[in-house]
Amino acid sequence: MEIHPNCKWNSSCFRGVMVMEVERISGLKFHKKQDVAIVGAGMTTFKRRLNETGKELSYLAVKQALEEAEMELSDIEMVVMGSAPDAFDGLHMKGEYLLDGSGGSDRPYMRVFVGGGTGVFAPIAGYWHVASGLADVCLVVCEEKMSSSHPHPQSAFKYIWDPILDRPLNPNLIWIFALEMNRYMHVHNIKHEDIALVSVKNKANALDHPCAQLAEKITVEDVLNSEPMALPVRRLDVSPPSDGAAALIMVAPHIARQITDNPVWVTGVGWALDTTMWTNRDLYFPRYVAEAAKMAYKMAHITDPRKEIDVAEPYDPFDYKELHHMEGLGLAKKGEAPILTREGVTARDGDLPCSPSGGLLGVGNPIAATMGVKACELYWQLAYRAGKRQVAKEVTTGVCQAWGDLMQVGTVVVMSNKR
Amino acid sequence: MAVGKKDISAPPYAEGTSLSDEDIKKKKVTYVEDHPNIRYSWTAGQAVSKFLNELKKGKIAATKCNKCRRIMVPPRVFCELCYKPIDEWVYVEDTGTVQTFSISYIDPDAKPLEEPVIVAVISIDGASKNMGIMHVLGEVKPEDVYIGMKVKAVWKPEDEREGSVTDIKYWKPLEG
Amino acid sequence: MRVAVLGVGYSGFNTNTPDLNWKELMLEAAVRAYEDAGINPRKDVDSVVTCAEDFWEGFAIFDEFVPDQLGGVLKPTCTVCSDFLYGVATAYMQIKSGLADIVVVEAHSKASDILTFGEVIKFAMDPVWLRDIGNAHPYYFAALEMSQYVSECCINEEQIAEVVVKNKNNALLNSSAPYGAKVTVEDVLNSPMVFDPMRKIEIAPVSDGAVVFVLGNEFVAREITDTPVWVKGVGWWSETSNYDTMSFNAMYAYKAAKMAYKLAKITNPAKEVDFAEVDDRFAFKELQHIEALQLSRKYETGSLMQEGYFARDGELPVNVSGGNLGVGNLLEATGGQKALEVVLQLRGLAGKRQIEAETGVAQAWRYIPTASGTVAVFGV
Repeated sequence: MEIHPNCKWNSSCFRGVMVMEVERISGLKFHKKQDVAIVGAGMTTFKRRLNETGKELSYLAVKQALEEAEMELSDIEMVVMGSAPDAFDGLHMKGEYLLDGSGGSDRPYMRVFVGGGTGVFAPIAGYWHVASGLADVCLVVCEEKMSSSHPHPQSAFKYIWDPILDRPLNPNLIWIFALEMNRYMHVHNIKHEDIALVSVKNKANALDHPCAQLAEKITVEDVLNSEPMALPVRRLDVSPPSDGAAALIMVAPHIARQITDNPVWVTGVGWALDTTMWTNRDLYFPRYVAEAAKMAYKMAHITDPRKEIDVAEPYDPFDYKELHHMEGLGLAKKGEAPILTREGVTARDGDLPCSPSGGLLGVGNPIAATMGVKACELYWQLAYRAGKRQVAKEVTTGVCQAWGDLMQVGTVVVMSNKR
Repeated sequence: MAVGKKDISAPPYAEGTSLSDEDIKKKKVTYVEDHPNIRYSWTAGQAVSKFLNELKKGKIAATKCNKCRRIMVPPRVFCELCYKPIDEWVYVEDTGTVQTFSISYIDPDAKPLEEPVIVAVISIDGASKNMGIMHVLGEVKPEDVYIGMKVKAVWKPEDEREGSVTDIKYWKPLEG
Repeated sequence: MRVAVLGVGYSGFNTNTPDLNWKELMLEAAVRAYEDAGINPRKDVDSVVTCAEDFWEGFAIFDEFVPDQLGGVLKPTCTVCSDFLYGVATAYMQIKSGLADIVVVEAHSKASDILTFGEVIKFAMDPVWLRDIGNAHPYYFAALEMSQYVSECCINEEQIAEVVVKNKNNALLNSSAPYGAKVTVEDVLNSPMVFDPMRKIEIAPVSDGAVVFVLGNEFVAREITDTPVWVKGVGWWSETSNYDTMSFNAMYAYKAAKMAYKLAKITNPAKEVDFAEVDDRFAFKELQHIEALQLSRKYETGSLMQEGYFARDGELPVNVSGGNLGVGNLLEATGGQKALEVVLQLRGLAGKRQIEAETGVAQAWRYIPTASGTVAVFGV
């Protein structure tokens, strides 16, 4: 039981049941039933096209997570599924289809969804399953099979646009990123060279990831000379569409104690969704990420994220996005993220390693299943299990984040290896 | 369940069988195809219906909230920030400023395009700051576009308009 | 920390809604709910949950089109790809875990926008095993289940017909039930047999509508009202992923109910539950779900139905609102309409169809081809 230091509630804890009898003071939340720990994670390889079906991919990821925690499926009480648009897999009610592969058969199973942000949102849903006391062991599974959609996964993205106002223009999803990137570059006067450094860093980081799809040593010139998609976005600025799945096991403290001496605790969660009218916002700053981070930091009692966060996994489907999100997460001042990158601060041996996994740019971007390189990677880093990818500095607290919809949603999870 | 510190590196191994384009073309893998016949007819609703009807007349309609004093395009029947009904309908100009733009070399299916499309977010004159719509630019070379450029709508001839955002063919530079 | 219903609002339910788009439909319901709860959504709401499935809406990521009309801009807003009652469960967990004091739950149906309803259902089937088997409308999957159920539990045609008669007649007292009708058992038996043993009138036709609930913790509830309706328990359960492997006896509803009853501390549902709103999108499903909720014993349900035990003036009224047969198939808002009816009854606002009750159960199924469902127990 954790009580906020400024708590004015008259509360007492009796046999795990919290009894509170005072007037409500607004703005004070986070009185959870129990803390939440992560004890196992797993992921499949991320590839452009995999032979396995969505069910089989989910199974492979779950199997690995159960192995790490040394648990069996019968130990799992509830399952949370995170999977982005149904249009990729070519299935209506995709959650119901993935049910048995992800271990959801014969137990409470729920699918949650915030577009591209699902990769970090599913662990948030797992968090409230456990923190509310409804489950002591919750399995979080994320799956995406983008290759089922023809002629290209992009074809499915056609349907994310407003059918009346946007779709008649025949848009491609890359458009919005290009528009956002251009605005970001314009407002802060950032050069493409500085942004390309992120792609270079992450693709190189991915060389150490066994599941990586696009791990390679490239140079800034390679990025700038790659095929134009929707300028300023070029081929190497973008993460590739992939198939894949990831899983995470979240448990209550008394279960965590039985499994491991050093679980990783979820200390803060936050999410926010901005207005649908994305053309009515100034796109240079991701205020949806800032809002989500504010909520998560408040909960984790973090006041100066730049100092208190040791390792970060910001969402990087595009190279500029990592920078954009670092600024939203308060890890860099507005417009300063490219400088940190150039100075090597965000490298794996830097002071604030960002995307040590290789991120989406290097490992792959199976929308929701990017949980494997964001939430799972953060857990592995904080548990000192990332092997060759382990960051050089000592770590206690880290943050992972995802983003999605029409540049609308920010999802943030803060983890720590100290309770 | 075993207790204790685990000295492993994770993920321990990568599982999954990768396929190449070749495998699919040569039918080395078994797959089923489905071409679903799923169709919808979305109701445009009150605000957007009026907006589209005004486009047909060659005008851009907007709505105004008297509380936050925003003039909003595309129009809506409620102000999402104040959460109250809008107060009045107004017309805005068919000129605007390029907020941001992109030069797209791919079509919706990610196939390459011969001629790039220049797409932009255009904030409309007469509406509040940042109130823009996404549309395409024309009569301009890709290299000449810049953020802050003033543009004007080029409408379809009146008899060809059908009440769609494509009633504006494209936006062209205002100067010159 | 108990969870209370602070306000409810709905829009519809109609066979179609040509004047409003999906956003305006949601807005209408939301404004009424906020008015009912007496809160300002921009200030007071901590979290918003929408229940939607992409293909019911026709978008690839429906979540995008949610926040504005619910007052959720830049707030924690998310989508649960499930029935409304799953959303209630999500809100329940968010409140219990201290993430939020006030949570808004929304679900809607704009079924009239779908031109090829059958094709969308078919699209939910396993692409390899089931999708292309048979050219019939996928309703036949329900008929398969019905066939098995009626023979296992010795249900006869008249008993199924009674369900239709009861619900369509109940709906006559509900001004927001578009499919109410004065029908008799004879009329039902004369309805064409479209998916033998299922008759046309036993299938709930689609309708449009939106439901919004404002849920809050007990401190907020006490500030707002002296007599709140409590969410006493929630439960949800999934059996298996496809029709060919499920049990055909609504095990999902049984297990979900067990979970909800446990949270609500109900040990003898048949005695402690005063009335129920269950999923009856196919008439036989009502009987199956009543049994699964342990409101009657196996083999008795059919005859109790004929005796009027589940009628509006019976011992244990079921689907007083008219159910889906009277109100229509509301897609993901189905559970919403059920929960709405339970709350209106408990608050004494059900008008001409008011019954005396203190504890009510709402139950919803995720429709063909699933074996997932959810239950919520409400009480005063």
